[in-house]
Amino acid sequence: MYKYDQYDQQIVDARVEEFRDQVKRRLAGQITEDQFKPLRLMNGLYLQLHAYMLRVAIPYGTLDSRQMRMLATIARKYDRGYGHFTTRQNIQYNWIKLSDAPDILADLATVEMHAIQTSGNCIRNISSDQYAGAAADEVADPRIWAELLRQWSTFHPEFSYLPRKFKIAVIGAEEDRAAMRLHDIGIQLVKRDGVLGGRIYVGGGMGRTPMIAPEIKDFVTADDLLSYVEACLRVYNRYGRRDNIYKARIKILIHEIGADDYRRQVEEEFAHVKSLGLDPPKAEFERITAMFAPPSFVAADTPATPFVSSEVETPASATGVSTALEANGDFQAWRAQNTAAHKQPGYAIVTISLKPTGGIPGDATAEQIDLMADLAERYSFDELRVTHAQNIVLPHVRKADLYAVWQALDAAGLAPANLDLISDIIACPGLDYCSLANARSIPVAQKIATRFADQNRQRDLGELKLKISGCINACGHHHAGHIGILGVDKKGTENYQLLLGGSGAEDTSLAKITGPGFDEDGIVDAVETVTNVYLAKRAEGERFLDTYRRVGMEPFKEALYG
Amino acid sequence: MKLLTGNDLPTGDVLWWTGSTWSRHVEDAGDVGDRGESIARVEEGARRVNGAYVIDATATPEGPRPAHIKDRVRALGPTVRPDLTLKPADPAAGSWVI
Repeated sequence: MYKYDQYDQQIVDARVEEFRDQVKRRLAGQITEDQFKPLRLMNGLYLQLHAYMLRVAIPYGTLDSRQMRMLATIARKYDRGYGHFTTRQNIQYNWIKLSDAPDILADLATVEMHAIQTSGNCIRNISSDQYAGAAADEVADPRIWAELLRQWSTFHPEFSYLPRKFKIAVIGAEEDRAAMRLHDIGIQLVKRDGVLGGRIYVGGGMGRTPMIAPEIKDFVTADDLLSYVEACLRVYNRYGRRDNIYKARIKILIHEIGADDYRRQVEEEFAHVKSLGLDPPKAEFERITAMFAPPSFVAADTPATPFVSSEVETPASATGVSTALEANGDFQAWRAQNTAAHKQPGYAIVTISLKPTGGIPGDATAEQIDLMADLAERYSFDELRVTHAQNIVLPHVRKADLYAVWQALDAAGLAPANLDLISDIIACPGLDYCSLANARSIPVAQKIATRFADQNRQRDLGELKLKISGCINACGHHHAGHIGILGVDKKGTENYQLLLGGSGAEDTSLAKITGPGFDEDGIVDAVETVTNVYLAKRAEGERFLDTYRRVGMEPFKEALYG
Repeated sequence: MKLLTGNDLPTGDVLWWTGSTWSRHVEDAGDVGDRGESIARVEEGARRVNGAYVIDATATPEGPRPAHIKDRVRALGPTVRPDLTLKPADPAAGSWVI
């Protein structure tokens, strides 16, 4: 993992003191709310329905146990005992006091964390593959590039006041686990003739005008990557619209001038930028790269380790996975559903689902956050990841330790075996918390998860990504849902549109609206109806999305509307 | 009726204008008629409220009920966490929002 050097720490510490002074002046009436609002937003502090909300950055979703414990401490000390992991791989606290905010940022700074780049028209927190450094299908570790982009983008003088916010994702595998082509810039690390480089996609996004990013460059060598991204930003910064917030994102610019013309201008700018020497010195790149070296994996046949903490103690007999496998069906189901292939023999990637039946997607209590930190420290080389699907990953767990990990998770309500199943729902905070929302998202997610609570039923439905947004801004990624739900305001009441056929994976597609919307209970019935159509129509081995793509919208519309 | 609402500056708590001061309980809110904006200017200037705005509401035997669901959510708290609302002892309080 990346560790701050003295410059990183000085920057973050200075920012805390700057904000402390700004808050002091606001509370003393020396600056107005209009003057203060952009300053607090630059530090991730929003005013939501019930209180201030603080969004803390988790760069490319990666953190260690010390940082995770600090997130728990903040939940306990300054909030109401929980946090909400977001679709941007960050965490939000919903009950923050303005007067506490400087102290919170100071606490975060002690563990190399902050809330910079979580709001405003800047380059936001870089997102990435939650399996980075562990995935069996990885070409190169995207965290190195995500970290480089983080350092380049933080307080970048040209790009701190862009026409609109700007989101970048970096992946290093063929499988896209980061919705890369639904970002303003998506970078896929690839190798060509043994040379590492990036395939560049620009102009994707969700929101009110969803678009899939077109490929702008099929290959940029790693040495040129940063300069090329700089050129992409410069063209946007020059021509992106500042007169209309709804047309200010880069996707609109590229849609209006065309990918070919945008590409031509980027190439011209790149030729100029390359002459400026912006790419990192070799020594700096090597410094960053060294921090992402693989951990010291142990031999696959090393005995398992029981887990002991103040909260949970696994039985002393739990020393091997084979006996446990035979004894516990719940564990088997969890292992089959929530673990993924690791590039290192004898290891697995564990996804901790924050989607218990009837729970709030992405929420975790301070105690659960602490437990996940303990497990990371004990079993995963001190690393955790936050996923854009609002789950937590332990990236490097020995297969022999899976049973002990599962036991600890299960005792804390953190072992739903539902990764990528219908109850693994992405949901934005919606109208229960968010001042932009038009409808509540969380109750709909809870009702759907409860309707489909039966594990066998979920597994029979197979991979089914259901995503709910409470407004057109699409924080819940409804455009990318195999089943998407968009909450709207219909004459003062909540109404829910149903969408089908979206994907945020390597087969990226945008979901289409089925027809007229439904009320809160109606949308739950509608989801069940479309799953029944899938079950009736599916061919051998087809996922919901595959069947939809084969048979089209009509059978689903017919079942929904007659 | 018209209500004036906003947030407490240091805490962010939701506030309602009672006619003479601010309350955290919508039941205490009073009809501001057409005086909402002028009250808001004075109160924001004195930093007794932040982001004040006027909303429509109806008078009910239980007190004012904001016309829009968003303000009813603000008045009570998140419907998905009854324990964090202003009426934690009443799990059914969320039905007032819907």
